Amino acid sequence: MEGLSAVLESLPYILSGIPVTLGLVALSLALGFTLGVPMAVATVYGNRVMAKIIQVFVFVMRGLPNLVLLFLFYFGIFPLLGWNLSPFVIGVITLGLRSAAYQTEIFRGAILSLEEGQMLAALSVGMTKNQAIWNIILPQALRLALPGWSNEYPILLTDSSVTYAIGVAEILTRGSQMVTRTYQPMPIYLTCALIFILLNWGGMQIIQWGEKKAYIPGLGRKIETR
Amino acid sequence: MSTTPVLVVENIHKSFGKVEILKGASFAVNKGETKVIIGPSGAGKSTLLKCINQLVIPDRGRVFLNGEEVLHSHSQINRFRQKIGMVFQNFYLFDHITALENVEIALLKVKKMKRAEAREKALEELNRVGMGDKVHLYPAELSGGQAQRVSIARALAMDPEVILFDEPTSALDPELTGEVLEVMRDLAKEGMTMVVVTHEMGFASSVADEVLFMEEGRFLESGPPSQIFFHPREERTKKFLSRISELYGELNKNG
Amino acid sequence: MDSLLFIHNELFPELWKGWMVTLKLVALSIPFGLLTGILIAIGRVYGNRLISSLCRLYVIFFKGCPLLLLLFVIYFGLPSLGIAFSPFVASVLGFVLCNGAYTSEYIRGAIQSVKTGQMIAAQALGMTKWQAVFYIILPQAFRRALPGVGNEMIYLIKYSSLAYMLTCVELTGAGKIVAARSFRFMETFAVVGIIYLFMVSIATKILQWAEKKLSYPG
Repeated sequence: MEGLSAVLESLPYILSGIPVTLGLVALSLALGFTLGVPMAVATVYGNRVMAKIIQVFVFVMRGLPNLVLLFLFYFGIFPLLGWNLSPFVIGVITLGLRSAAYQTEIFRGAILSLEEGQMLAALSVGMTKNQAIWNIILPQALRLALPGWSNEYPILLTDSSVTYAIGVAEILTRGSQMVTRTYQPMPIYLTCALIFILLNWGGMQIIQWGEKKAYIPGLGRKIETR
Repeated sequence: MSTTPVLVVENIHKSFGKVEILKGASFAVNKGETKVIIGPSGAGKSTLLKCINQLVIPDRGRVFLNGEEVLHSHSQINRFRQKIGMVFQNFYLFDHITALENVEIALLKVKKMKRAEAREKALEELNRVGMGDKVHLYPAELSGGQAQRVSIARALAMDPEVILFDEPTSALDPELTGEVLEVMRDLAKEGMTMVVVTHEMGFASSVADEVLFMEEGRFLESGPPSQIFFHPREERTKKFLSRISELYGELNKNG
Repeated sequence: MDSLLFIHNELFPELWKGWMVTLKLVALSIPFGLLTGILIAIGRVYGNRLISSLCRLYVIFFKGCPLLLLLFVIYFGLPSLGIAFSPFVASVLGFVLCNGAYTSEYIRGAIQSVKTGQMIAAQALGMTKWQAVFYIILPQAFRRALPGVGNEMIYLIKYSSLAYMLTCVELTGAGKIVAARSFRFMETFAVVGIIYLFMVSIATKILQWAEKKLSYPG
């Protein structure tokens, strides 16, 4: 009974963490996309030095724990640069750069899975390489990448809670604050878990709807010629 | 009156690694002519076509379009490629857009046409290849023959000076080659300048102004179809033709 | 020079201790996580309706609940029900539960991709259903699931850093403590990061080796 009243008491405060969590996720996804797409293009079509640099970036970002990266930015790099960024912004940068590394891999795989002829045909009608990438390669690659890309949502959603460590007022942080006030850890943390699971489920519904929207007959399958 | 050929290909050499694919191939095409290149697989026919519009950069040799040298420099090549149409063995239609958009896209993005104008032009070319009723289908929804006709329309829409056909029927079921060859035959009749790599000897004998036999990276002999097919000078040409007729049936069926 | 001295004298002894804790966390979590994953996968595919649904709920909960939150539930929540763990044990428990949920998904997919003919053929030889599962289906499924399962194990190395949030002084925690004491965050976390990259690289190599070793024609 005490648990229930603690939950009811805490709920408004915890729920107001939803926009913060979703903001972290959406902005990180966007940052990852904005960096991931050009990096993927550069690894496939760019020069070797650039491809190598991006490869190292991807290796480092994928190999480091979120928490270490977060500490590195929060206590190390940004203070050293003298930038005074809010924990939220640092959270977005950390999660976003990491997602960029994963998204680079996802989009690179999709570009490589397209047949070489798509580029040849685009060049043959007089498109420049950039026009071909923009009009022919990316529209196809982005669609092919969608299933893998959708996975970034649940990953970022659960990973976003790590920003608790630098005090971003997202769901888990708010839950923990209410725990120290009410001394009801179990009901409150389970409530937080339920919120995360619902956000996960809801987000996936939207993503699946989007995947249907983006469907094009036969795209990604080799055309039957016989 | 001296006429410059539309296309002149001069002494093209190309190696991939240590393998020399082209060893000095030359030919010229006059306006309205259809030249058919035949030869065994691996002779370098497809690479030669790609060297013409610089999809493959030749190691040596030059290409002229209407007397102007085709250079692969960034600023120049797209201008030339617009005037040199290309039809691929595997069609290479853009898989994410409809037949109509496939024909339209270069008009919009490369020629910077207005949308309505591009649409009109695209529909016109699709009608020309008999695909006017399937313009809203995606490539995967088309049969091979239909897809290849769309890809011909895509090349035609750019109003090219010459169209290069790289084995346009080799990926098709036998019963679908007819519709594609018919379109090509009509184009030849209308005076389109064409270079066709093909194994369709019937088409070659009835449409070609000249047949060129290629082997091991160079042209061995050339001449009007009647000469190449019925009185070849070279032993190797004879051998190749007899092998081909086993595979594709005798000539003079006017296929 | 000063940095090197710091790294050698102050940082490395501390990090070494933390690193060993990290390795213990991971080494304990991997086998139990794998076992949990296999059991959940079998329960989902071959269990009766009740067991199958329970296993499904398990996956939904432990995949949907952020790992850090799960650690808090175990470490701060369970004591209120009279079950208390040390930070180390609570961390391992959290890693196992979470890892098991992800791993089970790969194994389930692999089990379902093994042709039904294999099961029928095994039963035709007189094997019981469970004999067929253990001797025929699982060995094949496990090979197919290996790349995905292996990736989860690599994630585990990285996510083990969350144990620090339960005051378990593993590699990240050791780094944080030295850094806070010396105010040398850059050097500390650079070294910590390199150690993680080293571990992940080694694990990736082992995984590639195992994939090659276990692969069979077709």
